[in-house]
Amino acid sequence: MDFIEVAGEWLPALLSGAWLTVQLVVISAVLGLILAVPLALALAARTPVLRALAYGYSLFFRGTPLLVQIFLIYYGVGQFAWIRASMLWTVLREPYTCALIAFTLNTAAYSGELLRGGICAVPRGEIEAARAIGMRRALAYRLVILPRAFRIVLPAYSNELVMLLKASSLASTITLLDLMGVTRLAVAKTYATVEFFVLAGLVYYAMAAAISFGLAQIEKRANRYAAVAR
Amino acid sequence: MSNLAAYAHLLASGAAVTLCLAGMSLMIGLVLGLALAAAKLSRHRWLAAAVTAVADFIRGIPEFLVLLIIYFGGTKLLSDLTGDYVEVSPWSAGVAALSIVFAAYASETFRGAFLAVPRGQVEAARAYGFSRWLTFRHVQLPQLWRIAIPGLGNLWQVLIKDTALVSIVGLDDLMRRSKQASETTKEPFTFFLAAATIYLAITIVSMIVVAAAERRSSRFLERA
Repeated sequence: MDFIEVAGEWLPALLSGAWLTVQLVVISAVLGLILAVPLALALAARTPVLRALAYGYSLFFRGTPLLVQIFLIYYGVGQFAWIRASMLWTVLREPYTCALIAFTLNTAAYSGELLRGGICAVPRGEIEAARAIGMRRALAYRLVILPRAFRIVLPAYSNELVMLLKASSLASTITLLDLMGVTRLAVAKTYATVEFFVLAGLVYYAMAAAISFGLAQIEKRANRYAAVAR
Repeated sequence: MSNLAAYAHLLASGAAVTLCLAGMSLMIGLVLGLALAAAKLSRHRWLAAAVTAVADFIRGIPEFLVLLIIYFGGTKLLSDLTGDYVEVSPWSAGVAALSIVFAAYASETFRGAFLAVPRGQVEAARAYGFSRWLTFRHVQLPQLWRIAIPGLGNLWQVLIKDTALVSIVGLDDLMRRSKQASETTKEPFTFFLAAATIYLAITIVSMIVVAAAERRSSRFLERA
């Protein structure tokens, strides 16, 4: 079959595309998770102003299409002359950094919302116990509440990571040659339309399966103490 | 800001296209989703396994990829079949892709809901002489909704946001209209923010409607 030959020619490009996809997903997942912690704390805070601000952020990023967010950052920001004149422009004119910023802000909103749910689901008794043995609020959060919340959230976070992987394909709309970008290029050059798209689908599916498997392992490890107790 | 007023009608017509696309995909997706759920619960093991595998695959690949496969692949397939150049329109490719993706997810929601209706009720209906269809229509479906509505509500929100993808293959929806306006006026931030605001408004209205539907579908529980 001559598609195998054609695919062979495109293999290096496809691999570098897949690598870019992995980079985008891993970097924005890590940064997004770091951002999600203060967001979740704000969402669960008692101060109404803080809660409202965090909710507004989360509603905007969860309630609008990711494509709009990407375009707002990549095309939109250049509308302001003062940004184009500033140091920021070296970062904001690059599609790579723009995609990373959009993905990070987006996944932070979803993960923050998940983590808030996790914090609320931590049994009250555990928090009271931590306080009763003299832990301050910050220490209780660091040693008891947040680790427990992360564990509660893990199964749902696996879904969020798969969503992020799929969403990363939108990087191709701002000229990036991720797996989707290279595939679209290959389709345009070779006319092997269905073949290349299905190939990309298989790679994405394999990546999604790897994420689910990896997170399931982490979940098992995180909950190993529970298995002993049972 | 004056530009925004001048292009308001353009954005409004785009928003109408977005809503039509989402509504149409929702209706087809719901019917297809129910059918897929029935197939997953079928007594024919091979049918259940095949449908589950395909639905899993669709859920594991980007929605954008599904759209491109149908848009470009469909055009190529139809052209090869007929020998003429037949183009799949962005609209039909969009409806097909969005309803297939919606159905793939909804089939899981429906499957769970089907299983949550107690078997005894189905058996009771059958014992009363209800046909399979009557049992489905009067016993299973009303309860299905109550259990499925929160899940379907989430899928609807995802669907609305996914409609923006169809702008990339050239449908004049809200997203593409705002891109056109931003290109002519050189004010991308203004117009993409306007688009974001409209999407957000649609999302918020949907949240309110879904919450009301949830209350309505479980009203018999409050009485009990």
